[in-house]
Amino acid sequence: MSYPSQGRRLPEGGLIDRGSPLLFHFNGRTCSGYAGDTLASALLANGVTLVGRSFKYHRPRGIVGSGAEEPNAIVQVGEGALTVPNMRATQTELHKDLVAASVNAWPGVSFDLAAAAGGLAKILPLMPAGFYYKTFMWPQSFWRHYERIIRKAAGLGRAPGAPDPQRRDKINIHCDVLVAGGGPAGLAAALAAGRCGARVILADEQFIFGGSLLPGDAAIDRRPARDWVGRAVDELRAMKRVRLLPRTTVCGYFDHNFLSLLERMPGQPLAERLWRVRARRVVLAAGAIERPLVFPNNDRPGVMLASAVSQYVRRYAVRPGTCGALFTNNDSGYTAVLDLLDNGISVAGVVDPRTTVHGPLPGRVRERGVKIHTGCVVTNVAGRRRVRGVQVMTLSQAGNTVTGKAATLQCDLLAVSGGWSPAVHLHAQSGARPVFDESRACFVPGESVQAEQSAGAANGVFDLAACLAEGHAAGAAAAAAAGFSAAGGGEAPSAEPAEQAPLMPLWLAPAPPGHGKRFVDYQNDTDAADLQLAVRENYRAMEHVKRYTALGFGTDQGKLGNINGMAIVAAETGAGIAATGTTTFRPPYTPLAFGALAGRERGQFFDPLRKTAIHQWHVDHGAEFENVGQWKRPWFYPRPGERMVDAVNRECLAARGAVGILDAGTLGKIDVRGPDAAEFLNRIYTNAWDKLKIGACRYGLMLGEDGMVMDDGVTARIAEDRFHMTTTTGGAAHVLAWMERWLQTEWPHLRVFLTSVTERWATVSLAGPRSRAVMETLCGGIDFAAAAFPLMAFRDGTVAGIAARVFRISFSGELCYEVNVAAGHGRALWDACMEAGAVHGITPYGTETMHVLRAEKGYIIVGQDTDGSVTPMDLGMEWILSKKKDFLGKRSLSRPDCVRKDRKQLVGLRTMDPQEVLPEGAQLTDSRIVSRPAPMVGHVTSSYYSACLKHSIALALVKGGRARMGGTVYAPLVDGRTVAAEVCSPVFYDPEGAKQNG
Amino acid sequence: MLLIPCPWCGPRDQSEFSYGGQAHIVRPAEPAALGDGEWADYLFMRDNPMGAHREQWCHSGGCRRWFNVKRDTVTYRILAVYKIGESGGEGEGGGGAP
Repeated sequence: MSYPSQGRRLPEGGLIDRGSPLLFHFNGRTCSGYAGDTLASALLANGVTLVGRSFKYHRPRGIVGSGAEEPNAIVQVGEGALTVPNMRATQTELHKDLVAASVNAWPGVSFDLAAAAGGLAKILPLMPAGFYYKTFMWPQSFWRHYERIIRKAAGLGRAPGAPDPQRRDKINIHCDVLVAGGGPAGLAAALAAGRCGARVILADEQFIFGGSLLPGDAAIDRRPARDWVGRAVDELRAMKRVRLLPRTTVCGYFDHNFLSLLERMPGQPLAERLWRVRARRVVLAAGAIERPLVFPNNDRPGVMLASAVSQYVRRYAVRPGTCGALFTNNDSGYTAVLDLLDNGISVAGVVDPRTTVHGPLPGRVRERGVKIHTGCVVTNVAGRRRVRGVQVMTLSQAGNTVTGKAATLQCDLLAVSGGWSPAVHLHAQSGARPVFDESRACFVPGESVQAEQSAGAANGVFDLAACLAEGHAAGAAAAAAAGFSAAGGGEAPSAEPAEQAPLMPLWLAPAPPGHGKRFVDYQNDTDAADLQLAVRENYRAMEHVKRYTALGFGTDQGKLGNINGMAIVAAETGAGIAATGTTTFRPPYTPLAFGALAGRERGQFFDPLRKTAIHQWHVDHGAEFENVGQWKRPWFYPRPGERMVDAVNRECLAARGAVGILDAGTLGKIDVRGPDAAEFLNRIYTNAWDKLKIGACRYGLMLGEDGMVMDDGVTARIAEDRFHMTTTTGGAAHVLAWMERWLQTEWPHLRVFLTSVTERWATVSLAGPRSRAVMETLCGGIDFAAAAFPLMAFRDGTVAGIAARVFRISFSGELCYEVNVAAGHGRALWDACMEAGAVHGITPYGTETMHVLRAEKGYIIVGQDTDGSVTPMDLGMEWILSKKKDFLGKRSLSRPDCVRKDRKQLVGLRTMDPQEVLPEGAQLTDSRIVSRPAPMVGHVTSSYYSACLKHSIALALVKGGRARMGGTVYAPLVDGRTVAAEVCSPVFYDPEGAKQNG
Repeated sequence: MLLIPCPWCGPRDQSEFSYGGQAHIVRPAEPAALGDGEWADYLFMRDNPMGAHREQWCHSGGCRRWFNVKRDTVTYRILAVYKIGESGGEGEGGGGAP
């Protein structure tokens, strides 16, 4: 196989495996890199410097950083169902045949239509700060025009269009000490805690441990730091109670020391794993993020963080440019110059705003013959698609303007360093507030509110020797706090302290008149002028400025730009940085896929699926199903060629004319037992239960304490101290929890026990004039004569040889028997009923027919005809409200609002055209609408065609409905028609009840 | 995610529990004797303190027992956990309706 040459790869060095070349594809071009590369380092090795276009102006952008902070190199990785948008090339581990593309360029990164037109800002004239607020507030109808253009030109990646074929999982785990970050401080902390015997988890987002030590040439314990990293990892790996998690980002810090970690396993069958960790103590050693400087045209490809320059040169053996320059306000940036020089890359000069520069690092740079322009700033960067040179001017005495003649440095790489911002993200997520440290010019962790401690650069400690000491002490202290002896922690690793001169805060470099844009947030194209404009328009609180200017709104969440932006706002308002403060740091630290949070809980595992004992019969007989809560219920049973309406009409006529059979096993069933069971029901239900005879059933209505209908069902008295309660299918769990709560918290003296028995029983309902004949065929031991076994009674016996409890209750208005058997016998019972009923024309029916039958009788369905704002009086059910006893919700029924005359009341509706079926949810008016808005007087809750009655029927809640009998209401429909209907009784069928009593 | 010490089962993740709102709201013995305002107070009005708050929680994914939690609404620290009917150390006992 031939590999394209890597023109920018240094001949030797780096932590890459030159024996493992890898082909990959970027924007259609085939490139090669090595194992150990990130996509970003491999792109640079292949000479790719242009990786994206900016959001608003579509300016060419290159790689700026080398880690989580990267704002520009945002790529779409993978293809088809495996594609992942918005990945940072700097954190994407290179693998064989990786396919990646720039996300923010259309149609391509080199030829960009939007840029040709001058960016979005030209397509949509003027995009100042607050553009979204100002432009899209009015007129609203224009938004759809803007949106189309903006989405096309500015979209950040595409979601995959097909289901995720990868496996993702979650794991819950406890530990004594969680260490976030595997750099010098994190490794020292993990070693100390692990040696004390604590259960330690050490997580680092990179695929190798070492953090800031990886590119460096520092010494630890008098040996090269990289050797120390190797020994430390080996020692940790040998500890049984220590778990090392490379490629794992600590992405969220939640209450009570609960943290979420995302582990990536590229190329493995299990792609990602979300660790849900409860830690006794947490050591935050997440390092620091280098700040860029804010100066004109600081976004040109080739402007790069000084630390990233060092990473690429030393860790990845890549030349990020052919001739470099440095713009820094601190000593650490000089390291990049030394790294460039050591690897044969010339450096045109250093620009440093400090007037005296005297530390050891600048001294070494001077010795190498590189000119340091002290007291100067960069005032322009030449080159559009690549840095061609930088302009340098002298800072005025006051430091707020530039003076003199501009000098030019010829270079194609500009390293920048504005100092370091500790990664306080997790500390802030834990609920603590970072505080501004004037002497170090950065936000550092404030007082801890959870069991956490920051160490090393994350704590504002930037010297290696101090990082190691602090990490070691933090690890030992965490182990001690978790109950281990800190004496076992051993010696702290040591390094030579390095002297660094203080940095000079430079949040916004002064620039001559007519200067180019000074970008603060690269990803959102927020420049310094936008922030200043926002303050002039009186946005002063940082959270408001953020929303007005989109500062920190990108997928990078402002890791590079936010601190500079806050300081610029603070300077503009005069409030000072400490008082201005940060915006809220929210999880996740870096973006993660929804699939990682979902894990296995998708598809059939998203929610439990409940099936009745007779389910397979319904499947075998072609039933269409509907979801009722978690239950799958047969909806209707279409015969070949039947539409839904045909099937439902046939099923309805069969139940009314002969016998229908329904699987009613999903109804909630609760065993209520104990000496005080009847008294308990008295309190829960609106009607009285103490006089109910053994062997009899009663319909009951439950209210919330607010007096609104909550659930209903039929409850039977099995024994003096035992009731069999039924609830609605969807309300069963809630009713059980409701009753348990009253028993435990308010009435613990009542001796009652509740047991959910829904799944213990299979229930088959036979409805229709021939149901008695079927029952008599199946069961010899029970007298089914009307006088011996009346409505609202039950009998125990044997049906088809199976021990059964037969209820005579009716939700259909027909003669009806509900046969309950142990769930395991449900299918046998159903089969026996079908066989015995064959000669009577037995017809299975589903929930749709059940709904039609009950609506013909005016029986409500809680949750369909009621909505949590309906009282029993609204339903015309005053008859079920006991006057003699208290019950839950009773007092609320006399509240003024519940006795208003114009409350919505349940009525029936008959459309003037008997074939017209009103849509459920249709609003009702008093007259045909002549002007809008028209006053609404109610709405349709249930509506069907009644094959039995040969006209449509509807139930509705209508203001003062019962006083409107015989009157007309109108339903204006979406299609423009208005349908007139007559208000009538909600009982359409057999109002005397002769059928169900027969 | 809170770590809630169930008085019966020990510390468990919040996802095993359901929240019941303010604790120690006792259902009036004779609702019919109350005026509309008094009934509304019982039914609707709840404290919303910044700081210590007594609440009911149910270990609904575990032992299904209701109990009382004294929790700081600012720091989310759990200050005390005690069974229904116990006072929680400050003389407030009794039940508590939803």
